[in-house]
Amino acid sequence: MSLRSAVESGKFAITTEVGPLKGTDITEIEEVAGLLHGRVDAANVTDQQSSVMRLGSMAVCHLLKEKGLDPVFQVTCRDRNRLALQSDLLSAHVLGIENVLALTGDLPSLGDHPQAKPVYDLDSVQLLWAISRLNEGLDIAGNELHGKTGFFAGAVVTPEADTEAKLELQLAKMEKKISVGARFFQTQAVYDVDAFAKFMKRVDGLGAPILAGIIPLKSVGMARFMNKNVSGVFVPEDLIDRMAKAEDKAATGLQIAAGLIRDLKGLCQGVHIMAIGWEKKVPAILDAAGL
Amino acid sequence: MIVSRQKPLEDILGYLEGEKSVFILGCSGCAEASGSGGPAQVAEMKQTLEDNGKKITGAITIDFLCQKALVKSRLRPRTAQVEGADSILVMTCGLGVQAVAASVNKVCHPACDTVNMGGSRAEWSGVERCMECGECLLDYTGGICPLTACTKSLTNGACGGAANGKCELDPARDCGWELIYRRLKEKGQLDKIKVFIPPKDYAKMMPSPKMMSTALWALEQFDQEEKVE
Repeated sequence: MSLRSAVESGKFAITTEVGPLKGTDITEIEEVAGLLHGRVDAANVTDQQSSVMRLGSMAVCHLLKEKGLDPVFQVTCRDRNRLALQSDLLSAHVLGIENVLALTGDLPSLGDHPQAKPVYDLDSVQLLWAISRLNEGLDIAGNELHGKTGFFAGAVVTPEADTEAKLELQLAKMEKKISVGARFFQTQAVYDVDAFAKFMKRVDGLGAPILAGIIPLKSVGMARFMNKNVSGVFVPEDLIDRMAKAEDKAATGLQIAAGLIRDLKGLCQGVHIMAIGWEKKVPAILDAAGL
Repeated sequence: MIVSRQKPLEDILGYLEGEKSVFILGCSGCAEASGSGGPAQVAEMKQTLEDNGKKITGAITIDFLCQKALVKSRLRPRTAQVEGADSILVMTCGLGVQAVAASVNKVCHPACDTVNMGGSRAEWSGVERCMECGECLLDYTGGICPLTACTKSLTNGACGGAANGKCELDPARDCGWELIYRRLKEKGQLDKIKVFIPPKDYAKMMPSPKMMSTALWALEQFDQEEKVE
């Protein structure tokens, strides 16, 4: 099933994420694609995540498509101006890519080429607006296209915030994203179901399907690292305790992820599993979650 | 105010390679305020270059090296010192180096790098900065510029990267959108964060083609200039 039909049919949608490596080796991507086939509705392909130069999202999306997976083309505004963004979107459409996730993108200074010039000609909201225009057969300068795109566009939102401003700005931006064409949302990793339920109450009525982010915990260190360094991620102490006491950390991390998915199932319209190196374990997480 | 900082000594010595004598020129304007080319730094540079085997034919500071008429009039009494040097080491911003190079028939080396201030162009700079974008958005953002206050120059609201109200780039730096939010809230204008800001017209941010050749309000007629011989 494609992401669009899963989301529009009201089925509990399952997406996951594939992160291209630095270099041209695609062995693992092809292996992962085979394992995920039939288990997920779509797989996102990250766009040089963490501003680390890697194999491109569009090419990997095309590979996934050939392997029978529905890819979500992640596009950031970090590296391309409006000409390159629009042109890449046209190219992606021609390659049969149907879903796009519009992101602003991490700062280059945080990646492995900190000398790079940051672009940010558009931001994520403006990129969504641009995608809607391309879908209507116009570029953002108002010129007519010979053949339009047909993208199912999505965006991200961080449900948890440490300040009032951050939360309110996220919600206002989410509304803006919907108003210019976002049709689904994938969230930052969720670990606190009650806090997520509160967020869902706040966005009730906005009408956009929300796929809650799941990052399986691998270790106590990873949980603490994310709490300290990853904005919008809050791993509660009881989960960290559970990981600390576990003999088999990997199995416990997968169980926690599966438990979160079961708890979130009644709250939102799907989950987005970001396995970060554990892509091959995604089917096991889904099995444990009964999906 | 233009901020400059001294280049590493090895760069400066590299420029001076093969030269025996140097005339040092500092600036008592912005370069003195920046601590990169005032009287103290000129004296220090004279000593350093002498220690490195260079003969210093003269070392002075002039009030504003960007003022070409002033540069010429102050250098005229020192013509012999300038002529006796293989080159001039100019300790100031990029404007000053260019103004001296345009005023004197002598190789001019820059001793400083001019630092981008990200829009701090006021006569008496505070924290407020302006990128001169040609399309002012301050009405939507409570009088705080999102282009300069946000490290990504985002105009439609914060990215997800801030932690405790601070930018992910630097924990000492406020998230610009956090500041904008607080200001709008204080003024009862929070509805403004919901306004969609279309892509900026960056063509408006470029200097006009006329200004790219010379500033329209430059204080001299370019073709009437003479150089100090």
